[in-house]
Amino acid sequence: MDAILLQVLNGLDKGSAYALIALGLTLIFGTLGVVNFAHGALFMLGAFCAVTLQKILTISFEVVDPTRLDFLGNPLKVKTPYVVSWFGEAAGNGIIAWSVPLAILFAIPVMIAIGFAMERGLIKHFYKRPHADQILVTFGLAIVLQEIIKYFFGANPIPTPAPPAFTGSFDFGVLLGFDPNVIIYPYWRLVYFAFSAVIIGCVFAFLQFTTFGMVVRAGMADRETVGLLGINIDKRFTIMFGLAAAVAGVAGVMYAPINSPNYHMGMDFLVLSFVVVVVGGMGSLPGAVLAGFLLGILESFASMNEIKSILPGIDQIIIYLVAIIILLTRPRGLMGRKGVMED
Amino acid sequence: MIKSHLTRRGVLKTGSVAGAGLAVPTIFTASSAAAYTNEPTGNTVTLGFNVPQTGPYADEGADELRAYELAVEHLNGEGDGGMLNTFTSKALTGNGILGKKVAFVTGDTQTKSDAARASAKSMIEKDGAIMITGGSSSGVAVAVQGLCQEAGVIFMAGLTHSNDTTGKDKKANGFRHFFNAFMSGAALAPVLVKNYGADRNAYHLTADYTWGWTQQESIQAATEALGWSTVNNVLTPLASTDFSSYIAPVLNSGADVLVLNHYGGNMVNSLTQAVQFGLKDKMVNGKQFEIVVPLYSELMAKGAGASIKGILGSTNWSWTLQDEGTKAFVKSFGTKYGFPPSNAAQTCYAQTLLYADAAERAGTFNPCGLGAALEGFEFDGLGNGPTLYRAADHQCFKDVLVMQGKQDPTSEYDALEIVEVTPRAQVEYSPEHPMFAGGELGSCNPGA
Repeated sequence: MDAILLQVLNGLDKGSAYALIALGLTLIFGTLGVVNFAHGALFMLGAFCAVTLQKILTISFEVVDPTRLDFLGNPLKVKTPYVVSWFGEAAGNGIIAWSVPLAILFAIPVMIAIGFAMERGLIKHFYKRPHADQILVTFGLAIVLQEIIKYFFGANPIPTPAPPAFTGSFDFGVLLGFDPNVIIYPYWRLVYFAFSAVIIGCVFAFLQFTTFGMVVRAGMADRETVGLLGINIDKRFTIMFGLAAAVAGVAGVMYAPINSPNYHMGMDFLVLSFVVVVVGGMGSLPGAVLAGFLLGILESFASMNEIKSILPGIDQIIIYLVAIIILLTRPRGLMGRKGVMED
Repeated sequence: MIKSHLTRRGVLKTGSVAGAGLAVPTIFTASSAAAYTNEPTGNTVTLGFNVPQTGPYADEGADELRAYELAVEHLNGEGDGGMLNTFTSKALTGNGILGKKVAFVTGDTQTKSDAARASAKSMIEKDGAIMITGGSSSGVAVAVQGLCQEAGVIFMAGLTHSNDTTGKDKKANGFRHFFNAFMSGAALAPVLVKNYGADRNAYHLTADYTWGWTQQESIQAATEALGWSTVNNVLTPLASTDFSSYIAPVLNSGADVLVLNHYGGNMVNSLTQAVQFGLKDKMVNGKQFEIVVPLYSELMAKGAGASIKGILGSTNWSWTLQDEGTKAFVKSFGTKYGFPPSNAAQTCYAQTLLYADAAERAGTFNPCGLGAALEGFEFDGLGNGPTLYRAADHQCFKDVLVMQGKQDPTSEYDALEIVEVTPRAQVEYSPEHPMFAGGELGSCNPGA
C-alpha cells in the first residue's frame, strides 16, 4: 500500500509536467492548427530563464585576498555578488536563494515575447502548409534554440536549487498512520504539483470566464465563422501562442530544481507530451490534462520493481502501449472532438 | 569474314592472367610505398582527436580538446613544455615526433558509437591520421577501438571506465591510460567500510549499458568481499532524466546505502533527486543513510552543486595532487585556459605524450613497433605516480584516488577533495580475472 501511494505521488509531479506542456501544445494546435515541435524547447527556455536570473543575481565583483592563493599560486580573487553587497549578507543571499520563484516574474514577459516572435516571425508562414512541413520547421527551430542555449550555457546540467525553505521532504507516512520514512516526498515536488494545478486552473478560467477566452474557444470550434463575424481571430490566436509559450516557460522554471537544466531537457519531454496530446484527444484541453496525469502515474507504476520483475522493460514502453490501446478503442483519444485532424 | 575464337574458358583464363598482372604491381607498390596505414611521408605527422563536440558530454569533450592542443604545443616545442619536463622518459625533446611537426584534425563522436566510428574513419581515410584518441564513453571507446584495429592505426583511449575496454573487447592496437571499474571498486570499498562500517545493505541504481554493468559488478563484488550485502540492483535506462520512481522504492527496501552507478547527466540527476528525497538525512537500520557515486568527474560534480557534499567516489587523477607532473600540467593548462584541468583532460594529455614517446623510442610510427614500445612500459612524472602499461591487456596500472564532495569549496572547480590515494598494488588484478575474461588481444595490425 505504501509503495502504491508513493508511486501515485511520483506520478502526480511527472504528470504535472506532462500536463502543462501538453496543455500548451493543445492550445496552439487547437487555435492555430499548428503541430509545434518547438514546444519542448519553450519548456527548456523557461528553465534557462531560472538559470539566467540566478546568474544575473550572482554577478559579482572581485576583491583580491593576498592571504589566500588560487590554483596557480596567485593571490585569490574572492567574488562577492553585488546583491549581497547592496542588501547585506542575509538579505542578499536570501534573494539569490529565492531566484527560482522570482524567475517566474522574469520568465512570463520573456516567454510571451519569444512566443510572439516565433509566431509572427516564422510559424504564421506555415499555417496553410501541411502538418509535415510544420513539424519539420518547428523541429528545426527546436534544434536551433537548443544549440543557442548550449553555446551560451554549455552542455552540462546547471544546478538551480529550490529555496532553502523547500529543501528536504515531507513524511506522508506519519500523516497516514504508516511508520516514519516509509512515504516521504520532496517539498519542492509538492510545490510543483500545486503550482501546476493553479496554472491549469488559471488557463481554464481564462478561457471559460473571459470574453477573450470565449472568442478563442469559438475560434477553436469554427475559425471561419468567427472571422466572418468581423472578429480579428488571428490577433487573438497570436496572443494565445504567447500564452502557451508562457505556460511552457513557467513549467520549465519550476522544474529547474527537480532536474538541473540542460540544453536537451525539452526534447526529453517533447515526444512524451505529444503522446499525451494524442491520448487526451487532439485539440482537447481537459483531455491533455487528464492524459498527462494518467500517463505520468502509469509510468511511475511501471517503474516499480515488482512490476518490472514480471515485465522487464515495461517502464520504457508503458506510455506507448497505453497510447496504442486507447487509440484502438477510442480513435479520437480520451476526450477528442469529432473533425479534428480527421480531414 | 572474321571468325571469332572466343570461348568461356578462354575468357576466364585470359582474364585471370590479366588480373594477376595488374594486381602484382599494386601489391608491390603498396608494400614499398607504405609499410603501414598513413605512414607519414612529409615533414608533418597528423593525429586524430575524436572527442564529443556536441551532445551531452560536449563540455568534457571540450576539455579533452584543450588538453590535446596543449600536448601538441608542447610536442612541437611551444609553451612551457608542461609534463615533458617531468616525464621520466626523456625521448621527447620538443622537436615534434621523430623530427616531424605534429598536426592534428578533430572529429565529433557525439557520444554515439556510429558517429564516433564515422568521424574516426574519416580522419584516417581523408585526413591521413596516424593515430586516433579521445572519447568520453565506453560504448564509443569499444566501437572506435575495433575500427582502429581493422584500419591498422593505434587507438589511445580517452575517458573510458568500463572493464570491457581492456577486458573482453581489448584489441592489440588499443591502449588505455584511464583506470577502470574494477579499480574503482577495489579502491573505494575499503574506504566505504572504514567510513560506514562493514554491516551495510546496499541498493544499486545502474545505467543500463556496458559501463554501468561492469561498474555495478565491480563495486558489488568489492563491497561484498568486505561484508556488505546487496539488497537490489535496478537497471535504469540511459535516457532517464527523472529517477524519482527508481529512488522511491529504496526507502522501503531495507537498504542503508544507495550506490549510483551513473555518469554524466544521469549522475547529476539521480544524485540531486536522491538528496531531494532526503535520503542523506534518514536513519535506516539504526545507521545514517549514505549515498555513493563510484565514478566521479569534476564537471559532473560541478553540475550536481551542493548535492555532492560528503559523497564518496573515485577518480583517475585530480588537479589538487602535489606531485611535480601534476603541478607542471596544472600550471600550463591553467595559464593557457584560466581554470584547472579535469581528469579527462589529464588522461588525454598523458595519452598523447605516451604515444609520441613510444614512437620516438621505437623509431617508427608503425603501430606494431610503437605498440611494442608501449607494452610493459614503466614511467612516472605524468601525474599518477609510477605507472605500468601492462603488455597482457594494454591497461595502465597506477594509483587510484578516492574523492569526497567538499563541504566548503572555495571555487566552482574545488568541489572534490582527495580522501585517499589508493596504492597501485591494491587495484591490480590478473589479466585472466573473470571480470575481464572473454576476449583476445590478438596481434597488432599495421594496415596497408
